[in-house]
Amino acid sequence: MTYIVKPKLRHPAIPVNKLGFTHRDYEGTVSTLCAGCGHDSISAAIIQACFELAIEPHRVAKLSGIGCSSKTPAYFLGQSHGFNSVHGRMPSVLTGANLANKDLLYLGVSGDGDSASIGLGQFVHCVRRGVNMVYITENNGVYGLTKGQFSATADKGSKSKGGASNMDTALDLVSMALMVGASFVGRSFSGDKEQMVPLIMAAMRHPGPAFIDIISPCVAFNNHAGSTKAYDFVRAHNDAVNRLDIMEPRDPITVEYAPGTTEEVALHDGSSLRLAKLDANYDANDRIMAMAYLQAKAAKGELVTGLIYLDKHATDMHANLDTVDSPLNLMSEKELCPGAKALDGFNASHR
Amino acid sequence: MKPTDIKNPDYFHKVVDCQWACPAHTPVPEYIRMIAAGRYSDAYMVNWHSNVFPGVLGRTCDRPCEPACRRGRVEEVNAAPAPVAICRLKRVAADNKDDVKARMPRPATQKNGKRVALIGAGPASLTVARDLLPLGYNVVLYDGDALAGGMMRTQIPKFRLPETVLNEEVDYILDLEPERRLGQKINSLKGLLAEDYDAIFVGCGAPRGRELEIPGRKEAGANIHIGIDWLASVSFGHTTKIGKRVIVLGGGNTAMDCCRTSRRLGGDEVTVVVRSGFEEMKASPWEKEDAMHEGIPIHNFLVPKEFLHENGKLSGVRFEKVKAERDAKGRRNLVPSGEPDTILQCDDVLVAVGQENAFPWIERDIGLEFDKWDMPVVDPATMQSTNPKVFFGGDAAFGPKNIIWAVAHGHDAAISIDLLCQGKPTSLRPPPMVNLSSQKMGIHEWSYDNDISNDNRFKVPHAPIELTLKNVKLEVELGFDLKQAFSEAQRCLNCDIQTVFDTPKCIECDACVDICPMDCITFTANDAEEELRLHLSAPALHPTQDLYVSSVLKTGRIMAKDEDLCLHCGLCAERCPTGAWDMQKFLLEAPKTEYACHR
Repeated sequence: MTYIVKPKLRHPAIPVNKLGFTHRDYEGTVSTLCAGCGHDSISAAIIQACFELAIEPHRVAKLSGIGCSSKTPAYFLGQSHGFNSVHGRMPSVLTGANLANKDLLYLGVSGDGDSASIGLGQFVHCVRRGVNMVYITENNGVYGLTKGQFSATADKGSKSKGGASNMDTALDLVSMALMVGASFVGRSFSGDKEQMVPLIMAAMRHPGPAFIDIISPCVAFNNHAGSTKAYDFVRAHNDAVNRLDIMEPRDPITVEYAPGTTEEVALHDGSSLRLAKLDANYDANDRIMAMAYLQAKAAKGELVTGLIYLDKHATDMHANLDTVDSPLNLMSEKELCPGAKALDGFNASHR
Repeated sequence: MKPTDIKNPDYFHKVVDCQWACPAHTPVPEYIRMIAAGRYSDAYMVNWHSNVFPGVLGRTCDRPCEPACRRGRVEEVNAAPAPVAICRLKRVAADNKDDVKARMPRPATQKNGKRVALIGAGPASLTVARDLLPLGYNVVLYDGDALAGGMMRTQIPKFRLPETVLNEEVDYILDLEPERRLGQKINSLKGLLAEDYDAIFVGCGAPRGRELEIPGRKEAGANIHIGIDWLASVSFGHTTKIGKRVIVLGGGNTAMDCCRTSRRLGGDEVTVVVRSGFEEMKASPWEKEDAMHEGIPIHNFLVPKEFLHENGKLSGVRFEKVKAERDAKGRRNLVPSGEPDTILQCDDVLVAVGQENAFPWIERDIGLEFDKWDMPVVDPATMQSTNPKVFFGGDAAFGPKNIIWAVAHGHDAAISIDLLCQGKPTSLRPPPMVNLSSQKMGIHEWSYDNDISNDNRFKVPHAPIELTLKNVKLEVELGFDLKQAFSEAQRCLNCDIQTVFDTPKCIECDACVDICPMDCITFTANDAEEELRLHLSAPALHPTQDLYVSSVLKTGRIMAKDEDLCLHCGLCAERCPTGAWDMQKFLLEAPKTEYACHR
């Protein structure tokens, strides 16, 4: 564990984004997680994504529950809004915050315990309501804070550090997210920033519920032979279906892919998402196929990563509810509570 | 790129920029940590073993270490990026140490029967004496002056280097009992060679101040003085005053010493005039600053054309105005600007336009070759001349340099003389002593302070100018107090605590990449060095700074670390779950004679 403040000195020639910030300006306090924790790499990827997108830190709300993963919002975006909620209740708090102020970028950070066990109900309902957010689970398959018991995402037959086998069936959060209507679904690996960063950037620009499951090895309790969430295992069984690039309107195309293997998706801010297919038969726009593909690969013990599903016509909760254009928190009390007379009139219109 | 060979002592030595830049390779971070810990005597001894004159150098060194200091490259976010005040920290050790006499070597109880003559008792010769005397050599020390110290005594004004400091450090060597023949000038090397010396070391300096042969030099000669001779005369108390209006010609450190000394001997209007631009002056920036602080203006682009005189007395100097121009080949030349000449009135002129070597006392038929510039041919590694018994060092070897170079030459010459006297070839250089050891890490256990200080460089306090200008012997710089010294020492990045990477242990979790405050570390596909430098987490700005490259990792990538801007904070090692990164202290002691290596 690190006891010093990360030195303020920085490399004098690191890039600056259009807000005048370096990636270091998106950092939080120094991590208190175990050395080598995959979660720290995810924090670094979030920092990089926010830097690349030149996001104003004060326009971000980061919310989390309880667990190692839920501690991480302290370690990135030190200038953003934060809310550390009750165990498994982050999705409700996020939904409420989003209802009150739809103009912020909502970043829900959770783990396999927080989302797949105690908060499973919250997770699925938040997604099915279509809340505009980026929901990231830092998935390590164990309860690290309580010394490494299997979590709900641990694969059946995988081994604990002590040698015991997991006899329960694993919950696959990606499949669940697809089933309940997430319009952006991805999976990545904490040891692969080249894949993680563009995926997080694309999710941040997605105008609907975006879910990313990131396999993040627990170095202390789940990085041994027999574990299916260990660095070596994930590297050996990683089936990346595509590669992502976020293209700014004037970006030169630096990587050339064979014709017919790339797909450009326009994003609502003028940039575009370029998808390079690594598996020619995989169509990230086909939800039913994606679900079948996941199951087929899972049966072979392979882990599908990349952008798994993207709904180009995504909408969100505010569109579904037909709320007013202005964020509710900007409206006065008089506008929000127009009084008994207005209520009477409203009720009467329904009689 | 090929994996870095960290077994080559040069690799980690280069990372310790200050030590690498120091001609005597003083282990700088090692003694700075000791100063921070209040271990002044230990810090002094580390210095003394390497550079022999810590108290003198802590006041007068040309500081090649400071421009090299990593701190000056990483501070960009602070107001004024500046290296650690290494030189003045050395002085702190010297000023605050306890009595270290007991830690000094004793005179040899058994003589080895070999006789070595040292010509000149300046820093180079005294270093040779120190390295040879404890081994049992009979060392005979010659100097034209009655006191040992050489240019440290005659040319450096006492307001920069108090006599007590110099005497103390000269005495540590005289205590080893060389045979002193001070006040005895050598007039013939041939004669000396005929005596029964096994080796002769020439450390007589560059004793001749360059002349300025322009009209009026003879006629007004009574008030025109050669800078280094005049400084020596002041040093020995022969000269105690100078005219009210003084012009100092020249832009080197001697010129700065001349003008500041003049200010203290009655010169109310002292002016420095240099041929070239202010920026091109040879004087160290801090010496220029000190001179200007004492109310001495520096005029540039003026070439002296004539000494003016009335009734046989100097009245002023006429200067031609020039400007710098580049010729077709891109060389910088000074050409007349076409403006009218400038005349400056004065009572005295000090000429400090350079120093020259002069060897009229070395016969040319003794097998000692001279080159076309009339300088002896000397091997820069062994300091040996073409006469195998004769060695050179200090300014006498390659022309005017500075004290720390003289010390480095002295160490090398002593090794050679020792080898020669044992009948071994002088090319058989001993390797440096190198030690690389893991450091304690973790909660409150760090064996060095890895919490990087954000302080800017501290200024050394000065005595009040009203007092210093009245007394030519009153030291201007007061030195850091202990609180300032601690804070300044904490600015040191401990570059000798190396990041050592053990490839098989790495699981490529990226923890080090994520925590590194300077974006030094990259895991990437291997490539040629020029290509690799472009594809790192942050650009590798300085090609002279090495990349540390691992062998191939499990994923087929390599680890590449740009050593340039590493803060040595150890966070990579602390965040590494497998101990693939380890912080190891690299201690290198440059080769010296056998005695000096075995403290």
